[in-house]
Amino acid sequence: MSEVAVESPRSAENYLTARRGVMSWLFTLDHKRIGVMYLASILAFFLLGGVFALMVRTELIAPGRTIMGRDMYNHMFTLHGAVMVFLFIIPGIPAALGNFVLPIMLGAKDVAFPRLNLASLYMFWGGAVFFVVVLITGGLETGWTFYTPYSTTTGQSSVVAAVVGAFILGFSSIFTAVNFIATVHTMRPAAMGWFKMPLFVWALYATAIIQLLATPVLGITLLLLALERLFGIGFFDPSLNGDPVLFQHFFWFYSHPAVYIMILPGMGITSEIISVFSRKHIFGYRFIAYSSIAIALFGFLVWGHHMFVSGQTRLASMIFSALTFSVSIPSAIKVFNWLSTLYKGSISLETPMCYGLMFIFLFGIGGLTGLFLGSLSTDVHLTDTYFIVAHFHYTMMGSTAIAFIAGIHYWWPKITGKMYSDAWGKFTALLLFVGFNHTFFPQFVSGSRGMPRRYYDYEKLLPAHPDFHGGHWLSSLGSYLVAAAFIMMAGYLLVSIVAGRPAPRNPYGGAGLEWQTSSPPPVENFTTPPVVGDPYDYSKLRFDPRSNDYVRVA
Amino acid sequence: MNQILSSLAAIWGPWAQSGSQPYFWLPDRASTFARDVDWVFNFILYVSLFFFALIVALMCWFVLRYRRRPDRQEVEESPHHNTALELLWSVIPVILVCLMFYYGFEGYMDMRTPPRDAYEINVIAKKWAWLFKYPNGYVDDKLYVPAAEPVRLVMTSDDVIHSLYIPDFRVKQDLVPGRYTKMWFKAIKPGEYSLFCAEYCGSGHADMLSKVVVLEAAEFAAWLREAGDFLKKLPPEKAGEELHRRRGCAQCHSVDGKAGTGPTLLGIWGETHRMTDGSTAVVDENYVRESILEPGKRIREGFVNQMPTFKGVLSDEEIGYLIAYIKSLGGSAKGESP
Ligand code: HEC
Ligand SMILES: [Cu+2]
Ligand SMILES: [Cu+2]
Repeated sequence: MSEVAVESPRSAENYLTARRGVMSWLFTLDHKRIGVMYLASILAFFLLGGVFALMVRTELIAPGRTIMGRDMYNHMFTLHGAVMVFLFIIPGIPAALGNFVLPIMLGAKDVAFPRLNLASLYMFWGGAVFFVVVLITGGLETGWTFYTPYSTTTGQSSVVAAVVGAFILGFSSIFTAVNFIATVHTMRPAAMGWFKMPLFVWALYATAIIQLLATPVLGITLLLLALERLFGIGFFDPSLNGDPVLFQHFFWFYSHPAVYIMILPGMGITSEIISVFSRKHIFGYRFIAYSSIAIALFGFLVWGHHMFVSGQTRLASMIFSALTFSVSIPSAIKVFNWLSTLYKGSISLETPMCYGLMFIFLFGIGGLTGLFLGSLSTDVHLTDTYFIVAHFHYTMMGSTAIAFIAGIHYWWPKITGKMYSDAWGKFTALLLFVGFNHTFFPQFVSGSRGMPRRYYDYEKLLPAHPDFHGGHWLSSLGSYLVAAAFIMMAGYLLVSIVAGRPAPRNPYGGAGLEWQTSSPPPVENFTTPPVVGDPYDYSKLRFDPRSNDYVRVA
Repeated sequence: MNQILSSLAAIWGPWAQSGSQPYFWLPDRASTFARDVDWVFNFILYVSLFFFALIVALMCWFVLRYRRRPDRQEVEESPHHNTALELLWSVIPVILVCLMFYYGFEGYMDMRTPPRDAYEINVIAKKWAWLFKYPNGYVDDKLYVPAAEPVRLVMTSDDVIHSLYIPDFRVKQDLVPGRYTKMWFKAIKPGEYSLFCAEYCGSGHADMLSKVVVLEAAEFAAWLREAGDFLKKLPPEKAGEELHRRRGCAQCHSVDGKAGTGPTLLGIWGETHRMTDGSTAVVDENYVRESILEPGKRIREGFVNQMPTFKGVLSDEEIGYLIAYIKSLGGSAKGESP
């Protein structure tokens, strides 16, 4: 076979080495550097949220007081939720990975508004500072949902600081969304029509629409909350003639769409990875692309499914339940399309693929258990129990966070220019898989048997429900396995930065444009204009064992 | 290997043999709703298990069968899309979720439509106690209900949102301050069942527990008559002690000298206490009465205004019993301060 490499030679300077010094990072307008700074910050908050989670799990490993009292526990579970939601999961994939790869996938030099991009990073840091202030000044024990009138009356929390933080983070999110929408519309190469875009770009686009439309509602809600708390203006507190349930409507009007802000980008990454590691064209491209948009739109109409026992009318509950089921269909379609992509492929189980398959497994459980909660009469029994806790951890951690990790591994060679140890990667994936299920599966069972969530202790429940102890004990053990897996992951990824073998241009054989440039890419992303083609056509890529690279054959 | 297995058994064993459970997934079925809800639950469960097994089986099979091997590098020819297949796997889930929606909806309508002749009990939730008020005016911290008779709860909260949850009955409903929410159920067998607060409500959320006691109808009537004048038969300080426990004072006020959310009641009678506004107050009948009815009026130094009012909940007579009880716990007025 005659192999003709058509790529130009690797350029000497890349975006990491082109300029040096702290200032060159802090004032950069390069989307890649901004993405890397986002990635580092978000992972730092993941660590913080993870520490809170371990505190919570350790307290619950045995009945009675284990390591902390009840107020401390309430602070821990709230901070865990707030940090994970606002500082890790929502910005996670779009702001870190999206920022890095979206322009490259479009063959562009940068996002449409590079300054706005940098501003969004500063907004993120600004919002994060408020969360640090909360930690230092009074903590937060309202639950990440800030339900009124608890949040407007509690004396133990820095509610206003937290709310201001979340408000600012909302702007960060909106800036990124505006940028992505404009970039997708205006920066695509002429040869790349809408249906020649990678599915990750579709997913980011759909996510950006939700962020743009839903986040302002959160902003307003939090503003009203702060006003009520500061000045006693009555919006939500019944003793000030407000309506506490109104807050829930406002809050979930944002926070339900927010779960699609979390999951859609994860689905996008999975679509990329499943196709690349099967070396087969993604099955049902248009169905997957349209289903992202469908989820984004339907996602706005289902917030009331969080409120079936809140006292809302029967009619409202009926409508919300019916619409909720309608959102499950596009998700099911995606899963079947991924499976069909595997069919007759040439599947290689490298680390990103292990996480991609893990996503399908865990998202399967997370999605299917959502059916129990969409159905009205079963939701009445299950809501506010550990069943809910398990369900949303399967979708947020088991799906979104796992997809994030898959994406980090998939684009790591591109971002850092280094290869990590695939063997360690696979072993860690296995440990994480076992640990994750060990932690959260028992919670389904405890929950459907009646264990309520947000309980600092369950000793008094044991006489009537002795089995609650076993569930918590398994969960806590599992959480230590998860922690061990993340420590290992941090280890081999960091080792790869200093001692990893240099990454080739295209180590996994991807057909997207990001694999046509060097690893890491030069400042301007491409030294020669990339060749735009079908992002899922692998027929022209051949593995070259000498360079460990996939090269394009004519 | 055996060692590994036995240590794994030690980890999972206690959970696997959680003997008290009648069903693996769900608790006891003690109300008429339980059967319906469980039916829907199981329907969704089996559909989900089927699809999950299908997804995982296909995934594993494809991964094994189409694994990239030295002798199998290339993909086999197969289409990129297939509209018929896409429609098939859209339509089948649509039909199934329509069924799930319908059955869940039917059960929910039932739960939200109490029969006209239901026996009515008022519920007041406050941080962190439940009060159940029976038609004859008697108040208890446990929910006593007659078996095989529809019972309707008319509920409200005195402070923040709480949620009344009885797992064995499969019912749950939030209690919202400033409005009344309602729920109903029909218990099917006598016994004692757990009652939890399911909406996070602060420090003592996990202590906001009670019991539902289901009695045969005749027994229930007798119990209510008895309970109604139970307090009158006790000496006042004993009656006060009962009230302290049953009306939730004990959640915040210990009687052993240790301060909790509120000050201990041990040895305070006749003491002079400093208030947050700088004034002082002597603990006497009037002060205790004011503390119970208008707790926010004067707040003891070192504490925050966490105590809910008991206006309309405690009768004058009952406040009298509580005063007698607090008196009996000693203090300088009686010269026996600890
Ligand atoms: C949610 C917790 C809570 C509950 C329930 C509660 N209290 Fe209090 N109570 C407090 C707090 C906090 C204070 C101190 C602040 C104040 O004076 O309002 C207090 C103060 C008092 C005082 C004044 C004590 C002193 O040393 O000055 C009395 C008397 C009292 N409560 C009686 C009762 C009685 C009787 C009940 C039950 C009917 C009850 N409380 C229920 C929290 C509670
Ligand atoms: Cu939702
Ligand atoms: Cu409560």
